[in-house]
Amino acid sequence: MNEKILEIQNVKREFIMGTEIVRALKGVSFDVNAGEFVTIMGSSGSGKTTLLNMLGCLDKPTDGTYLLDRVNVKELSRDELARLRNTKIGFVFQAYNLLPRTSALENVELPLLYNPTIGTKERKERAIAALQAVKLDGRFDHTPNQLSGGQQQRVAIARALVNEPVMILADEATGNLDTRTSYEIMSLMQELNQNGKTIVFVTHEPDIASFSSRTVMLRDGKVQKDTQNTDRRSAKEALASLPESDDY
Amino acid sequence: MKLVNLIRLALRALQRNKLRALLTMLGIIIGVASVITMMSIGEGSKQSISESLSSMGSNMITIMPQSNEPGGARMMGSSLKTLTIADVDALRKNAPDIDKISPLASSSGQAISGASNWPTSMQGVAPEYLEIRKLSVKEGILFSDEDVRSSAKVCLLGKTVVDNLFPNGESPLGKIIRFGKIPFQVIGVLTPKGQSNFGQDQDDIIIAPYTTIQKRVLSSIYFNQIYASAVREDASDAAVDEVNATLRETHRLRNDEENDFQVRTQAELMTMMNSTSSMMTALLTAVASISLVIGGIGIMNIMYVSVTERTREIGLRMSIGARGIDILLQFLIEAIMISITGGVIGVILGISAALIIPAALNWPTVISEFSIIISFLVCAVTGIFFGYYPALKASGLDPIEALRYE
Repeated sequence: MNEKILEIQNVKREFIMGTEIVRALKGVSFDVNAGEFVTIMGSSGSGKTTLLNMLGCLDKPTDGTYLLDRVNVKELSRDELARLRNTKIGFVFQAYNLLPRTSALENVELPLLYNPTIGTKERKERAIAALQAVKLDGRFDHTPNQLSGGQQQRVAIARALVNEPVMILADEATGNLDTRTSYEIMSLMQELNQNGKTIVFVTHEPDIASFSSRTVMLRDGKVQKDTQNTDRRSAKEALASLPESDDY
Repeated sequence: MKLVNLIRLALRALQRNKLRALLTMLGIIIGVASVITMMSIGEGSKQSISESLSSMGSNMITIMPQSNEPGGARMMGSSLKTLTIADVDALRKNAPDIDKISPLASSSGQAISGASNWPTSMQGVAPEYLEIRKLSVKEGILFSDEDVRSSAKVCLLGKTVVDNLFPNGESPLGKIIRFGKIPFQVIGVLTPKGQSNFGQDQDDIIIAPYTTIQKRVLSSIYFNQIYASAVREDASDAAVDEVNATLRETHRLRNDEENDFQVRTQAELMTMMNSTSSMMTALLTAVASISLVIGGIGIMNIMYVSVTERTREIGLRMSIGARGIDILLQFLIEAIMISITGGVIGVILGISAALIIPAALNWPTVISEFSIIISFLVCAVTGIFFGYYPALKASGLDPIEALRYE
């Protein structure tokens, strides 16, 4: 199980803003092994977003190497990057980013549409399987505005799962949800992780980070701390310990 | 993404904004419909001209008097006095490419039968006239050469004249009608020819021997026109040359004098009339195509709006693996769909208009496949041309920025 999914060595990313050079990442190095559940934490301005874009193959490092599943991202063209995102990464966004007025099933099918090797039948089967995996049986035809926030995020997770990526990349995936729903999502994430999915979760909430197996702390474009989580919490239990219902 | 899926995606996007899609299509619809309508009216009038000209006889040659006096008040051709029976005889003798020849002396006046009367024109001709003009006798007989020699007071009536002089449906054969003060015996009725495409009623005529008209009605030795037919259609030009040479000789024109007559063939007339109608058609079609271009600009405008509106969607699609080309095709196909759907609706409307116009306005129309194909192609090209830039803009978006777009 010690196969390295991500290898990041001394990654730097610089932006030119007018005449100034902004160094968002100043040499970040860490590896992620298959089956890990890593949270990346950091306050705003720590380079979290830049790192996330990099990990998601939406951006390329200015310097240093980034190997995703042993592929060097830096050498790839725009189209090759798109292909890599399609086959190796499952994105989960804070704002869900589902297509409006489109059914849950079709939203989940979306990544497979951009994979020419998958036919119509297989696409549908896999989308159904993914929705079942996130416990959304029977809501296939619901459009996003007919679903609650938590349900929408589950659809988004199903969409991230459907192309069987090597890594799920979540960007503040619980940021728009209340505590209970957040825990539900985290419980789902833990379940997926137990079934072998590698998860990289970007958040700024320590509470959420405590559900992961490892935390990488960023500060000013550098890794400040990289710790294994010894007392990892179970989201399921946390959920059970919440008061039954809020009175209002 | 596969083409089928792209098309499905485009259809779905249009379905979601039905009204907007329809309004965007409107320019294209109007453009295509009017191009097809204009072209079918043009084609229709062209065909009806050539039909009616060939129904008059496609190898017909018309000789008319013409003033050759430079300056001064020019007179109307038919009132000039240059053509006489000597010309007709000379042509009969000296023009081998002329098959049949008939002079025409016409007079307008009131035809009277009993209590009915009708203003019409009487045409004095030779018996050959019927063959040259493709006329035929429906009932009764045609006058003979003997009738011409003796200036017999006999005549044949066109259908309109029959209807107006004999309103009760009795047979006009053998009856006496008066034209001016002269009584004529009706010996025949002409087969109806209907309206010419100049709007003339070709059945509103009486024909009689030219000698009778010249001597008894007009008291003149001149003709308004001479009609002739060439032996074959392709002999028309040779026949015209012979007519020119013969008439210059009989009219004793010096080399430096202009013709005091003019010769027209049906082919010339057809070219002339067609060029007029072609020009009109071209003009109207050009105006119609402007609305196609405006329709295209409408598409471009709405596609830009659509790209801006769906920036986040584009960002999402890119982040889950859409390549630039996928996004480009998505928007391009949407634009082409708009223009082609508009084109189809336009074609249907255009064809309907072309079918309704003959009934409603009495203009002949002919729907040509060419106009349908061309306007359809123009549509597709419009979609591609005006959809390309918005699509290119969409495909060039940076996924990071597009995802965070508010």
